[in-house]
Parts: sequence; C-alpha cells; structure tokens
Amino acid sequence: MTSSHSNILCRWQTDDLLCWLLRGLAAIAGLVVVVIVGFLIAEALPVLSLIGLGRFFTDPSWHPAEGFYNLTPMLWGTLFAMAGSVLIATPLGILSAVFCHHYAPPAVARSYRRLIELLAGIPSVVYGFWGLVVLVPLIGDIHPPGPSLLAGILILTIMILPTITLMADASLANVPQHYLRGAAALGLPRWATIRGVVFPAAKSGLFTGVILETGRAIGETMAILMVCGNVVQTPSSLFDPIRTLTANIALEMAYALGDHRAALFVSGLVLMAMIVGLAIAAEWISRGRIYG
Amino acid sequence: MIPADSHTKSQPLSSTEMPPSIAVPTPLIQINKLSLHYGDRPAFRDVTLSIGTGGITALVGPSGCGKTSLLTALNRLTDLIPGCRVAGEIRMGNMDVLAPQTNVIHLRRLVGMIFQKPNPFPLSIRRNLEFPLREHGSRDREQIARTIETVLQDVGLWDEVKDRLDSPALALSGGQQQRLCIARALALSPAVLLMDEPCSALDPLSSGVVEDLILQLRGRYTVVIVTHNLAQARRIADEAAFFWVHDGAGRLIEAGTAQQFFEAPRDSLTAAYISGMRG
Amino acid sequence: MAETLNPRQDLREWLAFVLVWGAAAVVTAVFCWLLGDIVWNGLSRLSWTFLTAPPESAGRRGGIGPILVSTFLILGVCLSVSLPIGVGTAVLLAEFTSDQSLFGRMTRRSLDVLAGVPSIVFGLFGNAFFCKTLGLGFSILSGGLTLACMVLPILIRSTEEGFRAVPANYRLSAAALGLSRSTTLIHLLLPAAVPGLLVGLVLGIGRAIAETAALIFTSGYVDRMPESLLDSGRALSIHIFDLSMNVSGGDANAYASALVLVIMLLLINGTAAWLADRGLHRRIVTV
Repeated sequence: MTSSHSNILCRWQTDDLLCWLLRGLAAIAGLVVVVIVGFLIAEALPVLSLIGLGRFFTDPSWHPAEGFYNLTPMLWGTLFAMAGSVLIATPLGILSAVFCHHYAPPAVARSYRRLIELLAGIPSVVYGFWGLVVLVPLIGDIHPPGPSLLAGILILTIMILPTITLMADASLANVPQHYLRGAAALGLPRWATIRGVVFPAAKSGLFTGVILETGRAIGETMAILMVCGNVVQTPSSLFDPIRTLTANIALEMAYALGDHRAALFVSGLVLMAMIVGLAIAAEWISRGRIYG
Repeated sequence: MIPADSHTKSQPLSSTEMPPSIAVPTPLIQINKLSLHYGDRPAFRDVTLSIGTGGITALVGPSGCGKTSLLTALNRLTDLIPGCRVAGEIRMGNMDVLAPQTNVIHLRRLVGMIFQKPNPFPLSIRRNLEFPLREHGSRDREQIARTIETVLQDVGLWDEVKDRLDSPALALSGGQQQRLCIARALALSPAVLLMDEPCSALDPLSSGVVEDLILQLRGRYTVVIVTHNLAQARRIADEAAFFWVHDGAGRLIEAGTAQQFFEAPRDSLTAAYISGMRG
Repeated sequence: MAETLNPRQDLREWLAFVLVWGAAAVVTAVFCWLLGDIVWNGLSRLSWTFLTAPPESAGRRGGIGPILVSTFLILGVCLSVSLPIGVGTAVLLAEFTSDQSLFGRMTRRSLDVLAGVPSIVFGLFGNAFFCKTLGLGFSILSGGLTLACMVLPILIRSTEEGFRAVPANYRLSAAALGLSRSTTLIHLLLPAAVPGLLVGLVLGIGRAIAETAALIFTSGYVDRMPESLLDSGRALSIHIFDLSMNVSGGDANAYASALVLVIMLLLINGTAAWLADRGLHRRIVTV
C-alpha cells in the first residue's frame, strides 16, 4: 500500500523544492549515526594507533594513569550483568504478556498493561536511586558489602522487564485469532495452546523483544553505576562489586585527558560494536525464520 | 476408495477411551428451542432440529441467518466470544452440551471442527497432527506415527506429503491445508464433524477434492456442514435445513431429507430460495 | 462428567496457571514497592517553595527552581532542533520514498541503529562534537543538541506511523483532483497525521526528560539559574544522581526530586497513551 501511494505522489514533478528539502532533512537524520561512529573513531584513534587494539584486552590492569588499559574486567561486568538480567527478565516478561492475553480478566489485563507502560517510562536514574537506598542495604544485610553484581542484575531486570513485556504483548496480540479458535476446536487446554500454538506463532516477535532488552541491558549506565560498587575487577561471586563499561565512561570522563580520554572512546566503540552486532542479529531474525 | 472396514482401523484410540455416552442410536444431536445472542443482537431464535447419526446434514440459507453461529454453539466455541449468550438445549447423545458442568475439552474432542479458512498451526505438517494427539494423552510414538499415516491417507494427503512431513504446514496449497485440517480433526477420532463452508475459500479444483473427501466420510462421522453452495448441498447432503432472517434474527424455516427438501419443499420461501439459486 | 485431562496434563495446566499468576503478582508487587517508596518518601518535601526555590548547601536544603528551568531549556533546544528534522524525515520516508529505494532503506537502517545506541555513547559524542569541536563547552545548548540526536528515532518512527495510518484513498483522490504534492501534504496528509506526530513528540519529550547519562558531560552540573543557552545547566535527573551519589544527607531532597520527575513522566506518558488511543488505532510500543 505504501509503495503504491508514494509512487503516485512522486510522479508529480512540480514540487522539487519540497522533495529536496525533505531529502536534506532525512540525510541529516540518517547521517547522525555515521557522525557518531566517526567521532568515536577519531577520538579513539590516538591511543589505538599508539598501543593497538590488542592491549585493551591483554594489559595487566586498568590504570590509565600508568598506561595500562585492560578493558576485560569491565567487559565481564557488562556481560554478567546483562546475562543475569536477561535470564530473569525474559521468562518474567513473556509470562506477564501471556497473563495479559490468556489468563487475566480483561479489566485486570488492562490495568496490568497500564502499569507496565508506566514502568517503561520511569527514568533509569530513579530506578538507580531506589536500588541505592532500598535494594543495596538489603543485599548488604545478607552479604556485605551490598553494592554488587547481584544488585546490578536485579535493577537491570526491573528496568528491562517493561521492554520485553511490551514487545511480547505486541507479538502475542498479532497471533491470528483463527489459530486460537482452531486450537479450542481441537479441545486443547489453555497452556497447551499457548505452548504449542501461540509461542511458535509469535516466535520472531519474542526473539526481537529479547534482542531489544539485551541492547538496553548493555547500554544502561546510570542505574548500574549507582548500585554496582564500581570496583574494577572480574567478579567471582554475585556479591562482588563490579564496574561495567558504561559506568566506567560515566565515572572517568569528567577528569580524563589525553590517552585516558581516548581509551574511554575505545570503550564507547566496543559498546557500539555490541549494539551493531545485536542489530544484525535482529535483522537476521526478522528476515523470517518463522518456522523451526 | 476407503474400504468399508477402515472405520475401525482409523480409530487411533481404543474404544475404552470413548465415553459411553456417545454410543447411542439416531438422532445423535437434538437441538431444542435454541437461541443465540451477541450482546443484544440476536443471531438466531428458537431453533429446534435433530441431526441423525452418520449422515451429512447441510445448513443452507443467506448470509447472516445464524448458520455459523449454530455450528459454534454445538462445540461451545461460543464460550470464546465475549458477550455471547446461548439459551435452549443441545443434547449430544446423553450429554447436555450447554450445561455449565460439561467438560468442554472433552466435548470439543468429540466434536471436530473445520473452518472456512484453513487454519493449520504455524508448525510442521507432522507437528500439526502430533501435537493435539500428545496433548490428549497419546504417548506411544509408534501409535502416533500410525495414526498420522492413517488420517493422512484418509484425507488423500499421504502420497503428497509423506516425504516432507517436517516442512511447514503453511507452505501447502489452500486445498492441501484444508485437508490437513480435516486430518487433524480426524486424528482425535471425533464422533461429529462440524464444517463451516469448508470449500468456499478454495479454488474450484481443490474444492472438488475436499467435497469428494466429505462424501467419503459419510457413515463414519456425523457431519454438519454450513454451505452457501446449494448445488454442493444437493450433491452431498442426506438431510438439509434452511434458515432465513426474520425480524432481525435467524429462523429455521424447514428441515428434512435432502431429497424431499430439494424436490418438494414444503415452504414457499424454501421453494423460492432453491429456484432462485438454480436460476 | 468423564475425566479427560490426563493427570500429567492436568498438573502442567495447573502449574502454568500458578506460574503465570505468580509472575504477574511478583512484577506488580515489586513495582508497587518502588513507586510506593518514592511517593511515600518524596511527598513530605514536595511544596511550591521546593519547586521554585534555588538549592542550598549542594542541594541538601532548598528547592529545585533553577534545575527545573535548565531542564525545560534543554528540552526546548532539543525539540526545536529534532522536530523539524524528525517530521521532515518521517514525511520523506512515509510519503515520498518507496520502501524499496536505496535512500529510504539506508536511512531507515541507520535510524534503527541509532535507536539502539547507548545513551552514554551519545554523551561521548556530544562531548566530543558539540562541546569540543563546535566549541559550545558544557552548556544547555550542547546538552539539548545531544538529546536531539537521541530522540530522533522515536520521533520519526511514530510520526511515520501516523502518516501510514492515513488511508491510501486520500492520496489517490488528491492525485485524481490534480493537486500538487505540497498541497496534498499540507492540507490533507499533515492534519490527518497529527495524532501520530503528537504521540511521537510526547514520547520524545519523555525520553529526553528521563535522560541522565548523555547529559553529564554535555550540559554539566552547575545548579545556578542559567542566564543564557551557553551557560551550563543541571537537569533534574542529574540532580537526583548527584544528590544520591555525591552529597551525603541529600536523600530527602533526592526523593522529592525523583517524585517530581516521575509525576512529570506520568503526565507525559498519560498524554501519549490518551493521544494514541484517540487518534491512532495502532498501538505504539515505547522501547
């Protein structure tokens, strides 16, 4: 439908000015991401050309003042926090969406959905603040010190839950009604229908939701900075404080100069690489493997 | 095409699992003063009709006269529609279909349904048949594989798909999909098959194949079929029931054997409808 | 009635029931806890003076007046830049480019990537480009421009959605009447697409106002009343961050500021939902 109507409009040759103006604006919008990557590279280049990419993973430690730039502990921090929160949030979110569509009475489902939408809008700094004043002391009572990987995982879970829930909700809503009627006519009970028919039909949407929430978990900065303790180390237990790549940038950017500053841009590039990887994965999924 | 004794072979589940309540003589389904409303809007009113065992009963009439609604009341798919109220009585064998304590899962297993638009699940051909069987308690893999082969042969699909049972069901043609849906219903060995215009979404060739298939089911299953195609009703039906819209609600005008219905309709409205369609 | 669910299946159905309701209950409980905590602790401090007075002793006492002003100034800069670019791009993508054209595909893909860029990376970029390269320094202008880059994808997506919701026969009949493209756009399509545009606008405001990481090293920390757009200004979210992390004894005011921020976002999201329900039949998911 869209391609046909745009063709009708574009056949007009009278309003070239408008068309070029719009193209210019769209070019700006499209170029933003290119400019961002360009600047990251340009700012990172001094240190990259000086020491090479390899040393960011092989240096003994992260001590920029002494010229050591090992990002690995922070990379682990990011990955652990992401993996933990995605593992908890995905089942919770999908079950929440199933609740809205197949279990809750309509009025309950509506208010539950409102609640989730509301949570999607709460800023990360508020989640972080709540984690700092409520969650961290609680964890500290169980196992000091309190600011820890666990706190980060829990806060991230709460933050990405709305993302996956809303995506799952949208993809369950797109499951054609005639599948559900067909399943009911075969006498299939509720969970059997969900497991055998609804999930396969909604699969690609659910996967996209997981990818989106993973992206959010990787990119989150403030909340995780506030609850994780920010010690540069590879965690050996859930109660160890960690520092993520994003938190590292936020913490050190204020005073970083020269090569140190450039090293932070390198970690920005690493983050971008992760996000682009996820975008490619999303593209690959939506390219349509509907069956499996 | 299907030998007479295939009836027993095609029952994948042992007869002990069949509830005793269904093993009764004609008529199998007795509908008494049945009315159905969507909110305040009536779909049909005061329908009384009996449906014989093992025959093909065609429900005919113009659009919007409640034929499909009647069909969905028979397996209580009406439960899924918000605001839908059904009043009256449906007896299927000894079962009171509309009673609240009736187990709908049990009921729907005994009453298979085929929809206007083929609706195979977005799974492989094999999973489409296997999954409902497993959910209904079949665990024996070999037994399931045998049942799948039997029902696919019953619907004449076996030779077409036996080499690609694991390919997606949605890649089949419309006619094949519809036959797969019929096979899926047969796999649960129902007593009754409800068909809601099963041929109307298909091209003429596939439509003919499905129609032949329905004829082969005669005697083995009690078939209730909604159709807009009077010629088709005449070709396949043993009994026919004619609906018409009256005061904004569907009414049953006339019911009887197909021969009497098409050759010598008692009601003038029926006669006009039949001749109108013919001309 | 005969028992037809076999025991194993029965157990599974029951388990699923418990699990689904349990998940919903846990999620609801956690969020009630969180919101309840913020409201309970924030409400006592909230007053008109708090909203208007300047902060004292690094924010432990006093209010958030200048901070609200800075927040709105940053927002104003952000919208006045992103709105024209966003709407223009959306119009181009929805009305003037076919889905297959290279330019359209490239723009769309780059916007998809942009939507996923972590906010801290926007911060890095804003610092390097607006503060350093363009020489704007730590200022409201730098912060607003950085946020403008950030909200573009959201703005474009829902505006485009709005245009796509306009029935195709509007365009056909306009073309049949021999109207030019710009006339069709201004008099026919734009008014019809306004609901989508508003939803995008409101969602964009929500995203911008909630942002912290991108602002730390673009708009800065200074909590005085800003005198021009080139002054550094502290956004509300940064105020909360600073009070809770760097100022001991700042929790009470942090709670109150968090409550103000949450209420603002509630109003914004409520407006978006209301507009979406009213104008658009399709639901727009905010992610």
